[in-house]
Amino acid sequence: MNVTSSNHNIRKAKSFAMNGLCILCAVLVILPLGLILFYLIQKGASSLNWAFFTGLPKSAGVPGGGMGNAIVGTLELLALASGIGVPIGVLGGVYLSEYGGERMNTWIRFWADVLNGVPSIVWGMVAYALVVLPMKGFSAWAGALALAFIMIPLVLRTTEEVLALVPRSYREAALALGLPQWKTIVRIILPTARRGIITGILLAMGRVAGETAPLLFTALGNDYWNKNLSKPIAALPLEIFNYSISPYDDWNRQAWAGALVLVAMTFCLSLSVRLFSTGRFQKNT
Amino acid sequence: MNTEVATTPLSPAPGRAGARSGTRLGDTLFHLVCLGGALVVGVLLALVLWQLFKGSSLALKQFGWKFFTGSEWNPVTDQFGALPFIFGTLVSSGIALLIAVPLGIGTAIYLTDLAPVKLRQPMTSLIEMLAAVPSVVWGLWGLFVLMPLLRASIYPLLQKWFGFLPLFQGPIYGIGLLTSGIILAIMILPIVTSVSREVLRSVPNLQREAAYALGATRWEVTRIAVLSYARRGLFGAAVLGLGRAIGETMAVTMVIGNTPFIGWSLFHPAGTLASGIANEFTEATTDIYQSSLFELGLVLLGVTILVNIVAQAMVRAFTTAETRQVA
Amino acid sequence: MNLTMTPEETKTAPRGQADHAGTAAPRPQSKPNAAATSSPAAPALSVKNLSVFFGKHQVLKSVSLNIDARAVTAIIGPSGCGKSTFLRSLNRMHELVPTSRVEGDIRLFGEDIYSKSVEPVIVRRRVGMVFQKSNPFPTMSIGENVVVGLRLNGVRNRTVLAEQTEKSLRMAALWDEVKDRLNAPAISLSGGQQQRLCIARALAVQPEVLLMDEPASALDPLATSKIEDLIRELRKDYTIVIVTHNMQQAARASDYTAFFYMGDLVEFGPTAQIFTSPKQKRTEDYVTGRFG
Repeated sequence: MNVTSSNHNIRKAKSFAMNGLCILCAVLVILPLGLILFYLIQKGASSLNWAFFTGLPKSAGVPGGGMGNAIVGTLELLALASGIGVPIGVLGGVYLSEYGGERMNTWIRFWADVLNGVPSIVWGMVAYALVVLPMKGFSAWAGALALAFIMIPLVLRTTEEVLALVPRSYREAALALGLPQWKTIVRIILPTARRGIITGILLAMGRVAGETAPLLFTALGNDYWNKNLSKPIAALPLEIFNYSISPYDDWNRQAWAGALVLVAMTFCLSLSVRLFSTGRFQKNT
Repeated sequence: MNTEVATTPLSPAPGRAGARSGTRLGDTLFHLVCLGGALVVGVLLALVLWQLFKGSSLALKQFGWKFFTGSEWNPVTDQFGALPFIFGTLVSSGIALLIAVPLGIGTAIYLTDLAPVKLRQPMTSLIEMLAAVPSVVWGLWGLFVLMPLLRASIYPLLQKWFGFLPLFQGPIYGIGLLTSGIILAIMILPIVTSVSREVLRSVPNLQREAAYALGATRWEVTRIAVLSYARRGLFGAAVLGLGRAIGETMAVTMVIGNTPFIGWSLFHPAGTLASGIANEFTEATTDIYQSSLFELGLVLLGVTILVNIVAQAMVRAFTTAETRQVA
Repeated sequence: MNLTMTPEETKTAPRGQADHAGTAAPRPQSKPNAAATSSPAAPALSVKNLSVFFGKHQVLKSVSLNIDARAVTAIIGPSGCGKSTFLRSLNRMHELVPTSRVEGDIRLFGEDIYSKSVEPVIVRRRVGMVFQKSNPFPTMSIGENVVVGLRLNGVRNRTVLAEQTEKSLRMAALWDEVKDRLNAPAISLSGGQQQRLCIARALAVQPEVLLMDEPASALDPLATSKIEDLIRELRKDYTIVIVTHNMQQAARASDYTAFFYMGDLVEFGPTAQIFTSPKQKRTEDYVTGRFG
């Protein structure tokens, strides 16, 4: 069987073409990121001023105003949601790693993975049914709960994975010294895995900071500062959404600014995750 | 030297019982608290199913199976059939898959076998950053940048060249099925790419070497030794992308037009399960209206859970088999 | 003359399909150049001052030797001595590692395989390789595995492929065991059978040289002896270079042996001489088991 030169050149050309296609794919995949950053900055940066960060929204059609309450609202919701979701998630992760049996763990992991795939708007509906209906009103609590629902399975899985990396010898040493198990976990294991756990929490926070759907009919939004957690609260993603679909140019412009701020927030969170996690695991392995 | 170390008796002496059982109490309490945390996961799952069933009970009773086959969604006459939203979900997700799967696998091939080693991690990080962009921001960009571009330049071309297909006929609104499919594709690219990359990386190098040793070109090695070996895992990656696309809400809501629609034209506005809920929930004035929206949520939940379970099983089966072989 | 087929060669060499009927012997007989004009003992591969680097690390230090055609040459030495690297430099497989670098000269029947105008793809077709761990393509059947190389080269005719399948499997002493189940998945075979399948796959493209990297190390003694018998048979038609850490195997199966140590070629000669009266002390120490 001889290599006929025409066949060989075809094969070479085909290889070159297909590899070129793959490079093209990679470029096309990265392109939207560049485009979005470009447009965010181009359309949003000019609207970022002191009034934007501190001001309240003006009425429809009236130019000016800001998203101060939305930014603060997002931070409040994040804090509330983390306050509910993080302890549950971490404790659950501790259970899986330190106490759980093989069968129980498999089930819990499975359920957590299923939960991670639930669309966020469904969580909004659950929080609506659980909080908004009984309270007969929209509130920050409802919004925070919906976000907490999203955070719990995330934090649980990441905590479990991080704890599994802590060497077994630590536990054995502590137990051999006579420390009760709960003290071993709280005083020794958790602090050792501290960085990884915080990474997981930051990741979950980054994920929910940008969520809009669960807040649509829980937190609802508010044109003023929220003074009472049992009342509706503004949030940055919500504000962006409402402003974008409105017919007012000024609101559209502010939507871009808000989006820029939101993306900056989530990118900062992602960045701190990356910085945090690169140190820890090298030390542990 | 007399060091004062209190020796704890092995069995609690009477009166000293407090110390030992205090520890035992601490252990038990902590154990229970952690167990509670873990069980919350099960509780959440039960909760979501219960609340959705409860919320949609009215519609379930009233419409029964006709909910899924009814093509009319009319809040005015209280007639609610979910078919237009199911249609919109399937079509927009289908378009997203058609675009994102080849792009994602091509990129994964590039990142695994073709890219210079120094470039691989930075590019992977860039793609992960893509996943960090919130849905509403994609919607904003889609609405103000992508849609006008498509409406002005691309869509008319499509209609000119391929207008003989009913897919590309009809008035061009800008917002609609095709635009939402494209935005969805951009949003599921990160997960399809990263899972595909994991799958391709777990193909043993020995397979590639076997193909190289036969005198295969680079692409032939990819085709014979990598892609066909990784078929199942790559399919799982695609199904994962599908699961993500089905549940995506905000970006779709902003560019799809939110009109119940079943038809051939890809340029026509439509609605998905998620976008329907997002758009109409706060306006649901009657009980049956709200209940029907809950039922949309139930369908959405059911489909997403199913798709995700299948996808994860496929990917897991593939990668664990490979790591076991290589180890 | 270079390894990319020149127009003259394509005319003399039959196109694709007709070749199957003829030669059991590999192509070198029909090539106008190379062995025909030189002495009968012309080397299949001549290696001169070969040094291989991975980044800054030098794995092979100026190795020179000649590998005779239609003979079995064994490469022995302790772990890390560079024998696998040496083998892989013979079909340019080390190039899969991005940091690799080669100095020196390797000629396949007189042609420089590292010349700029030569593509690795062509070299690898003419110098085949069998690996330590058998690696049949799992998504293909037994028959598909055998002819995958042929298919790549454009052979489509079913009759030709079927004949080549039988021929290669017979040469690999596997035909009788699989002839009734060519459509079965390749991974349904046992370890030893899979390795013989890989040998058949390599032979199907009719290479001039067959490289074997510890082909029996993952196999049980029965399968190993079958492979060794196979090597003895193949020697009649192919040039074989085999890396092995099993000295008895080298002694049994090869005509020539090269002993490597820490990247140097310590000694090279007829197997009988290397094992009974080695010239270098280090060789003697190794073959008598004092280290390694």
